[in-house]
Amino acid sequence: MDFTLSKEHEMARTLFKEFAEKEVKPLAQEVDETEVFPRGTVEKMAKYGFLGIPVPKEYGGQGCDPLTYVMCVEELSKVCATTGVIVSAHTSLCIDPIMTYGTEEQKQKYVVPLAKGEKLGAFGLTEPGAGTDAQGQQTKAVLDGDEWVLNGSKCFITNGKEADVYIIIAVTGKVEKRGRMQKEISAFIVEKGTPGFTFGTKENKMGIRGSSTYELIFTDCRIPKENLLGQKGKGFSIAMHTLDGGRIGIASQALGIAEGALETTIDYVKERKQFGRSISQFQNTQFVLADLATKVEAAQLLVYKAAMAKATQKVYSVEAAKAKLFAAETAMEVTTKCVQLHGGYGYIREYNVERMMRDAKITEIYEGTSEVQRMVISGSLLK
Amino acid sequence: MKIVVCIKQVPDTKGGVKFNPDGTLDRAAMLAIMNPDDKAGLEAALRLKDQYGAEVTVLTMGLPKATDVLREALAMGADKGILVTDRVLGGADTWATSTTIAGAIRNLEYDLIITGRQAIDGDTAQVGPQIAEHLGIPVISYAQDIKIDGDKVIVQRQYDDRYHVLEAKMPCLITALSELNDPRYMTPGGIFDACKAEITTWGRADLKDVDDSNLGLAGSPTKIAKASDKVRKGAGEKVVPESPEEGVAYIVGKLKEKHVI
Repeated sequence: MDFTLSKEHEMARTLFKEFAEKEVKPLAQEVDETEVFPRGTVEKMAKYGFLGIPVPKEYGGQGCDPLTYVMCVEELSKVCATTGVIVSAHTSLCIDPIMTYGTEEQKQKYVVPLAKGEKLGAFGLTEPGAGTDAQGQQTKAVLDGDEWVLNGSKCFITNGKEADVYIIIAVTGKVEKRGRMQKEISAFIVEKGTPGFTFGTKENKMGIRGSSTYELIFTDCRIPKENLLGQKGKGFSIAMHTLDGGRIGIASQALGIAEGALETTIDYVKERKQFGRSISQFQNTQFVLADLATKVEAAQLLVYKAAMAKATQKVYSVEAAKAKLFAAETAMEVTTKCVQLHGGYGYIREYNVERMMRDAKITEIYEGTSEVQRMVISGSLLK
Repeated sequence: MKIVVCIKQVPDTKGGVKFNPDGTLDRAAMLAIMNPDDKAGLEAALRLKDQYGAEVTVLTMGLPKATDVLREALAMGADKGILVTDRVLGGADTWATSTTIAGAIRNLEYDLIITGRQAIDGDTAQVGPQIAEHLGIPVISYAQDIKIDGDKVIVQRQYDDRYHVLEAKMPCLITALSELNDPRYMTPGGIFDACKAEITTWGRADLKDVDDSNLGLAGSPTKIAKASDKVRKGAGEKVVPESPEEGVAYIVGKLKEKHVI
């Protein structure tokens, strides 16, 4: 087994790091303070192909592997978790299901502009009453002639108002399964601007404050029949499979946040003096940093392993769940301890670790809480 | 149009310069990057390619490791990479270097050669103009803007307090300043292609119309007696406040920022 990165991945890391430092980091604090979606950054990322990294070139992408994409989200999230999740939701939750389940026409029509970054993508599964219990969907889609008619709402949608193309999960009927009637769930592609598709409230969040998180509302929203994604009735498994990929993206985001906080803190403890010496000379500081660095590296190995699994395996749910669980909890622990090492300054907005700690929390919640990841992992152990 | 861009892999001096005990640069201890002026020259060539259509060939002389900067250039959008490497070419000063590069370029068709003004490791600014001299073509140095008009280039040449607009018939050589532009990033897909791309490697035998007496350490008239880092002194910061209060507030703010108070 060889843990060294290939030349391609080393160069890609250099690229993402340089871009993040020059283009993303200077805006991170302002994006957090003002909750303004970093549209200019998204346009720059589009120009350099960051919005279609794992997509084949014939569909407008960069033709790279999932590991390259993971490293992009990681490096962006080191300096700005908002920017990291914009790329992750767009790529993993919108492009990926169309690439996996879409027809050739759907790929040409939607993936090409999404991968080129001409359009931005989003994914709508969560509803007020259907979070972890994703089966509790209320949004309905009814076929009327050549159109599906959508009614209902989705909440907490990342890239909410800024996206152009949305994957929407909705109930299309009832089916009998093991003697019980269950909801039949399907997936759809919905374009912004479709009559009957509007936006509700913007969420005022603890972290990732520049990401556009909105409620999506569908009122007699009519979309073409051909915008059904995959087979009718397969929406739940499409959503779950999509989230497996999404979790690798969020795991990368969490990893980046943890790495960013650790790097910032290493610089800080060398500079900060108390009792006549830099606090890096205290053994408590040294031991805390040693533990954090070890956990961050373990998280990185799990995340990279999950990315490699996505490249080579059809099913990678458990790898993705482990990566997300560990990376998210590491991000929370690392940022919390980094704030502590900063002392009072860590609690001040001017210092980046304060933002990083707020940003880290969501990684334990969205695209499957840590508890859901434990369900997935234990399910594979006890089947 | 065919453009040849000469680039050099140099140690990144951002983190400070490191020396070996004998006074030579400790290149192994420093990150290797594409020389900034050369990168601006490459960007200028890529912009000409975008605007007028061109084939951009990047050429470097150095150790095999220098292929890294060629791949970086390919990942930014260059079409071909050529590495000139040979033990007998090692230890070259500007004269031997320009002789070597000119010998390599004689194998190529070109309308325009672009080099950086100077490399951050040697800071001589001699190699570009010397290449033009060897090839017998005009040179315009310190370019801050480049335009093409038919078979001519129109270049703004930078001076401290003004610029000159110069015209030259192609083929010609231009030396570029890092202020010329803001070089583009690589693209992820470009990186993957660049790593698969074949890099042409030339040695002494591939150089055209050059004499051995002008190559490598033996062919270098320059002898370095001693090299050392200059003592660095902070540039400082001059602030002209509107009022004494504002000045005091500024200084106190800076001291707090540095955790002095």
